[in-house]
Amino acid sequence: MENIIISLKDAIVEFDGEQILKKINLDIIDKQFVTLLGPSGCGKTTTLRIIGGFQQMKSGSLYFNNKDITKLPPHKRQVNTVFQKYALFPHLNIYDNIAFGLKLKKLSDKEIKSRVQEVLELVNLIGFEKRSISSLSGGQQQRVAVARALVNRPKVLLLDEPLGALDLKLRKEMQIELKNIQQELEITFIYVTHDQEEALTMSDTVIVMNNGVIQQIGTPVDIYNEPENAFVADFIGDSNIIDGIMRKDFLVDFAGNSFTCVDSGFERDELVDVVIRPEDIKIVPQIQGAITGVVESVIFKGVHYEMIVDASGYKWKVQSTLHEEVGSLVGMNIEPMDIHIMHKMEC
Amino acid sequence: MKSRILAIPYIVWMIIFTVIPLGLVIFFAFTSQSGEFTLSNIIAMNDYLDVLFRSIEFSVIATIICLILGFPVAFLISRLARGKQGTMLMIVILPMWINFLLRTYAWMTLLEENGLINRFLGLFHLGPFNLINNSGAVILGMIYNYIPFMILPLYSVMTKIDGNVIEAAQDLGCSGFHIITKIIIPLSKQGISTGIITVFVPSVSTFIISRMLGGGTNDLIGDIIESQFLGNSYNPHLGSAMSLVLMVIVLLIMSLFNQFGSEEAVI
Repeated sequence: MENIIISLKDAIVEFDGEQILKKINLDIIDKQFVTLLGPSGCGKTTTLRIIGGFQQMKSGSLYFNNKDITKLPPHKRQVNTVFQKYALFPHLNIYDNIAFGLKLKKLSDKEIKSRVQEVLELVNLIGFEKRSISSLSGGQQQRVAVARALVNRPKVLLLDEPLGALDLKLRKEMQIELKNIQQELEITFIYVTHDQEEALTMSDTVIVMNNGVIQQIGTPVDIYNEPENAFVADFIGDSNIIDGIMRKDFLVDFAGNSFTCVDSGFERDELVDVVIRPEDIKIVPQIQGAITGVVESVIFKGVHYEMIVDASGYKWKVQSTLHEEVGSLVGMNIEPMDIHIMHKMEC
Repeated sequence: MKSRILAIPYIVWMIIFTVIPLGLVIFFAFTSQSGEFTLSNIIAMNDYLDVLFRSIEFSVIATIICLILGFPVAFLISRLARGKQGTMLMIVILPMWINFLLRTYAWMTLLEENGLINRFLGLFHLGPFNLINNSGAVILGMIYNYIPFMILPLYSVMTKIDGNVIEAAQDLGCSGFHIITKIIIPLSKQGISTGIITVFVPSVSTFIISRMLGGGTNDLIGDIIESQFLGNSYNPHLGSAMSLVLMVIVLLIMSLFNQFGSEEAVI
């Protein structure tokens, strides 16, 4: 039984007359790892701040376990936040930073001590109790910030781009660690990031946002394989987005050719966006290809080569494990199920 | 080596205008008029203990009120948008652009028996009240003149408090009151101790304010010292001794606060 823990209804936020959130509706399922994903300025952090209680809405309401908490101040909410730059208390040592929330709740010293110990173990910082904040590395400060929030046993943990300041290797490690913590404690994580890979790696549900509007909500696999519009397709991974015309069900024209596809339900001759992932394009000898073009550039990317192929003006991004010479003529084929058809975005 | 060369002008300045005069003060404090060594000047301070205590009392009251008034102002300014902070700080400093004496004269015309305030109240058939020539007026003068010295150091440490830290405290369950006691005050300690010193030190040694607003019945130690050099009871030896004692007291208080400040830094 999936239980909705947080629900945002018709949320509108304005700064200086500009709408940051345009009537957002959102349900967060209990015990899930939910990611708000989008480019900067898309409203994802604002959405998180509404849930944390730091951002007032112009209109709309917020429910926590079906109770209206729109007007509840942050210190009375059962959510805790891991802030972007950690926001640790510089005048307190690590123990006192983590114990901060518990001391306010006036728990006994013994209870505080055992709970702090418990989370220190969780984030691998046993023995750091007396250290000062400034003596820690970025990754360690990040763990303290997570511990300080988790020690209060919130129902929901909000994380605002918590790994943004870490280097790539540390970020990957922390991604796995955070995911493990979430599964171990069985609490809801709402995670804000602009890094699509991070979102796909960690989440049960991804919410893609742009310009204050939710573009798509789905599992990482859904979002990647079945993007609902060209924005999502473009933002999640690399994509070739081409203008096409839907001739009839399962038949689409683009790049000067007709292709069989698996989409239906469009109007006859509707103008559509055709999205094709670079890794779904097969390079074949020129005569066998549905599309032909000239290889413009080749970049070695480790696992594969990334090529730009110019086919009568449109520059296709193609990923292939085979190397083709720059300037050679190649053919390209696409399987029907790798052709994603989308309604044109209203701009 | 270069840095030492750059310091020479200041060192020369300090020697001529601070070290040598200080030596002279000490010399005068321990000599009689005939130039012999004596402790009688220091012992004579006994007669002025009440004035000394009054000076300290007034300064302590003024400093505490400056802190109470300045703390919230400094915090609010530090939370404004950058551009507005500059404007607000200028308003705080603005009175200091006017000569100290003129500012204090202005208070006289406000507080006098037929000054602006009493005349205004007279319109409502109130008063006239006795607003000047009492201890309250002297303390008011101290607060008015020295409060910028409280607000500025407080502001400068408070701007360094990250807004996220305050939000984090709220997030962890802090109400408004706890945010002040558990976050803002501990993080402003350096500014608080600097502010206390920069208000207390000029307050405790002032003589103009008490002269102009105290009406001669609330003389402070500064007035007594001044009269030893420029007034009727000319006695630079006694004046030097008083200055020395006052200086020692101020130094003691300052070192006390510095200790307090550095302890914080260690934690």
